[in-house]
Amino acid sequence: MEIGLSHYLSVAAILFTLGVVGIFLNRKNVIVILMSIELMLLAVNINLVAFSAFLGNLEGQIFALMILTVAAGEAAIGLAIIVTYFRNRGSIAVEDINMMKG
Amino acid sequence: MLTALFFYLFAGLAVLAGFMVIAAKNPVHAVLFLIMAFFNAAGLFLLLGAEFLALTLLIVYVGAVAVLFLFVVMMLDVDFAELKSGFLSYLPVGLLVGGILLAEMIMVAGAWILNPSLSKLERQASLDPNITNTENFGRVLYTDYVFYLEAAGILLLVAMVGAIVLTLRQREGIRRQDIATQVGRKPEQAIEVRKVETGRGI
Repeated sequence: MEIGLSHYLSVAAILFTLGVVGIFLNRKNVIVILMSIELMLLAVNINLVAFSAFLGNLEGQIFALMILTVAAGEAAIGLAIIVTYFRNRGSIAVEDINMMKG
Repeated sequence: MLTALFFYLFAGLAVLAGFMVIAAKNPVHAVLFLIMAFFNAAGLFLLLGAEFLALTLLIVYVGAVAVLFLFVVMMLDVDFAELKSGFLSYLPVGLLVGGILLAEMIMVAGAWILNPSLSKLERQASLDPNITNTENFGRVLYTDYVFYLEAAGILLLVAMVGAIVLTLRQREGIRRQDIATQVGRKPEQAIEVRKVETGRGI
């Protein structure tokens, strides 16, 4: 059976959905939420690279590289915020993060 | 045929690893499954002919992001079992939203099969088949998208500075080196001349 574009899109869709479901299921653990976001970004990357390959156009891979950059920066900043928050409050439970509610 | 075999291998393992990321009890295991998902996604990229991006994915994600996650998970002294509670109570709404989202996206992907004009979409050769993917990629990146590349570099610089500023702290009661005071010290402050009388100490 020939592997077509829709195969890759389906894999990316499943991975993206797993990321969304992961955010719902691990609502208390902010580290797993960050990992779910990484999973969703990976799914988007697979989409971009698949379209790039099937349309014979390298722009998709360029944008995948940009997403890689954003994902790396996001992980660094997010984990730095988590470390700072843990240092100040001694917990990273999401329901404790409510100081900005007013 | 071999391509199909490898596609299903990589895709199946990626989905399995992605599932274990959100289902693993121990966050360290979740990070390791995330690494496995990235490895299999890199395999899919290789199948698509994006060699440069596949190896970049491995270097950036496995070498930097996943190790960062691993460090943070191990450094923070958090009771992860307590954070895991409530997992089952969120399961129905999570599955509902996820199922709807997945169905919609599979329908979009399936439209490519149903639509006869789109189903003929074959793998296209890259711009110049005589040169490698990396060289092609570099040509496009450094000509048409050079400002995007510089924007990405600035973004990484800002992220680096931000992460350092967020985590750097000045603790009270520890001795730190103050180079300005060291350099600005004068001989009068540093040495003191005392007259010592013969036969007596100071």
